Amino acid sequence: MPELSRRRALTAAAAVTGAALVTVPAARADDTHHDAHGSHGSPEPFDEVYKGRRIQGRPTAGGGHHHGGGYGVYVDGVELHVMRNADGTWISVVSHYDPVPTPRAAARAAVDELRGARLVPFPTG
Amino acid sequence: MTVRKNQASLTSDEKRRFVAAVLDLKRSGRYDAFVTTHNAFILGDTDNGERTGHRSPSFLPWHRRFLLEFERALQSVDASVALPYWDWSTDRSPRSSLWAPDFLGGSGRSRDGQVMDGPFAASAGNWAVNVRVDGRTYLRRALGAGVRELPTRSEVESVLSMATYDMAPWNSGSDGFRNHLEGWRGVNLHNRVHVWVGGQMATGVSPNDPVFWLHHAYIDRLWAQWQRRHPGSTYLPGGGTPDVVDLHETMKPWNDTTPADLLDHTAHYTFDTD
Repeated sequence: MPELSRRRALTAAAAVTGAALVTVPAARADDTHHDAHGSHGSPEPFDEVYKGRRIQGRPTAGGGHHHGGGYGVYVDGVELHVMRNADGTWISVVSHYDPVPTPRAAARAAVDELRGARLVPFPTG
Repeated sequence: MTVRKNQASLTSDEKRRFVAAVLDLKRSGRYDAFVTTHNAFILGDTDNGERTGHRSPSFLPWHRRFLLEFERALQSVDASVALPYWDWSTDRSPRSSLWAPDFLGGSGRSRDGQVMDGPFAASAGNWAVNVRVDGRTYLRRALGAGVRELPTRSEVESVLSMATYDMAPWNSGSDGFRNHLEGWRGVNLHNRVHVWVGGQMATGVSPNDPVFWLHHAYIDRLWAQWQRRHPGSTYLPGGGTPDVVDLHETMKPWNDTTPADLLDHTAHYTFDTD
């Protein structure tokens, strides 16, 4: 966890453990609702510890190298390449063929898939 | 002439030669270049931007050419080798001979998804996953875990019956044969098989698993079957489409071949059923 101290990770993990089951559906519905407002709208930022790993998502400035429609997703501080489909669903490079409703769901699917492994930063350019 | 056969009907000698040629490409570094190319297109192809290898009409001719390049590489090692295809609508079980230790090896163990048998198991020492999106260097699979069932023959038939090759907006939101075969819409054929295999096959670096080639060789055969079934239909769009490869436009990364050049597979190979 290069950008997150162990103490902060454990604290955050403890904080979300109890609440996760009740907050997840609401958060998903909220993201989906927001996504529905148009293909150019950006989903809300998120920041949580999921299965012991910090996942974050936020709009990014200036386009750049990824294709999340100006939205960046990070797992323990390393950017996860995500992409938004025409129907508003999302995929990531570690779960490329299985669309999910929101970038947060893509981040969680990536954590499930990684089983603790670190992401390799994708080439920027 | 190259004849692509159903993997289920290969002799043990054919399996042995295919595996040996794949391992030779891996040893020489030529194999990983294919993985790198595929992932570059996976990352670069977008629904609202330039799209060539995926989520676009050229998904089928792009993979036809990609497979031809790989098959020619195999044949430079052993001229007798052709790409086999995996009919996952028939051989739909993790117990299929495809997954036996004398061919591709089986599913991954539950702890970490690591494939433990066959010629591509990390423990055999010949198959390091070098082009990767995460830290794990061993081949992984989770057959049937990401999705329970492979597509059925009747689902395949329902897609083959679609007479229009592709439709605007020429991306993952399209109606028509190409996008239903690719799987972004409808019963989901090609994408679902990637998910069913799991491991690297579910990622942008899916050619790390040799089954990638057998899966795409069958997708390619379904395109040929579709053409036979709909002789009045052809590749679309015909011209002037921004960000999309039209019938007579060249395709990256080769820049010397168009979808029109690749419509007739018999110029390059035939299938055992042709």
